[in-house]
Amino acid sequence: MDDPFVIDGQALSSRLILGTGGAPSLDVLDAALVASGADMCTVAMRRLEPTTRGSVLDVLDRRGVRVLPNTAGCHTAREAVLTAQLAREALETSWVKLEVIADDDTLLPDGTELVEAALTLVADGFTVLPYTNDDPVLARRLQQAGCAAVMPLGSPIGTGLGIRNPHNIEMIVSEASVPVILDAGIGTASDAALAMELGCDGVLLASAVTRSRDPALMAEAMAAAVSAGRAARRAGRIPQRWHARASSPVDGMIDT
Amino acid sequence: MELTVNGEIRQLQDDATVADLVVAAGAPERGSAVAVGGIVVPRSRWHERRLEPGEQVELVHAVQGG
Repeated sequence: MDDPFVIDGQALSSRLILGTGGAPSLDVLDAALVASGADMCTVAMRRLEPTTRGSVLDVLDRRGVRVLPNTAGCHTAREAVLTAQLAREALETSWVKLEVIADDDTLLPDGTELVEAALTLVADGFTVLPYTNDDPVLARRLQQAGCAAVMPLGSPIGTGLGIRNPHNIEMIVSEASVPVILDAGIGTASDAALAMELGCDGVLLASAVTRSRDPALMAEAMAAAVSAGRAARRAGRIPQRWHARASSPVDGMIDT
Repeated sequence: MELTVNGEIRQLQDDATVADLVVAAGAPERGSAVAVGGIVVPRSRWHERRLEPGEQVELVHAVQGG
């Protein structure tokens, strides 16, 4: 692979990471997963419901994808740390998508609690991938805390509003020494392509695929968008100009 | 004895271990984890860790999530 995507020394074959939340059934999730080409998927940890039938892990294991547990729904560093530790024990992985939200309306990350949780988990040997705000300073703090990636939002979780502050994402990318993964807010394929064009190393999305009318088809679209956006970034876009610049020769025009 | 499992009061035999609780709750083999009093009990210790009356137990597993 001439353009490897490496997080904490581990190479991933796809720059698209699929969240499993929101899929109406495991069969739909399975079809979307296959179409996405993702080789890492997030799961959440919740209290056991004895009535549960079938497990998301059955699907992920069958497809041989890496499981990335999250700490979704946690409001404090303490809660997130315990959830991460439970996930490590349950899933035998020290990787965690660290999520500490401020409130249930915005689901925006609580920066203070997030950094505190990141410090604790890094010290405890975790590979921490924090879901963070589109704030270059907070992203810097998380890297200083030892996080293996930073995952800024494009817009709030589940809104599908795309990337509201592309400039901030570019700023985060410009000074990042770890992979930057655009996480949350993706609505459609062009949003994912833009994330990659801005220089992100990967995209993590769930709702945009799982809640679309045809999840497998949208997963295919997202995979193509991530791939196209990455290629465009590597190829180097032309500078934007105020006035037109002809691509056909300006000399040799006929007289009339 | 009486203790709290996932926020609900539950009765268990007096010498119950974490392993007994996991089996009684029907937790799946893969993807489950237990914390007692806010401390994770490693799977390798489920059989030896006896539960005490009044302890707070969290029994979780992996579900779909973003």
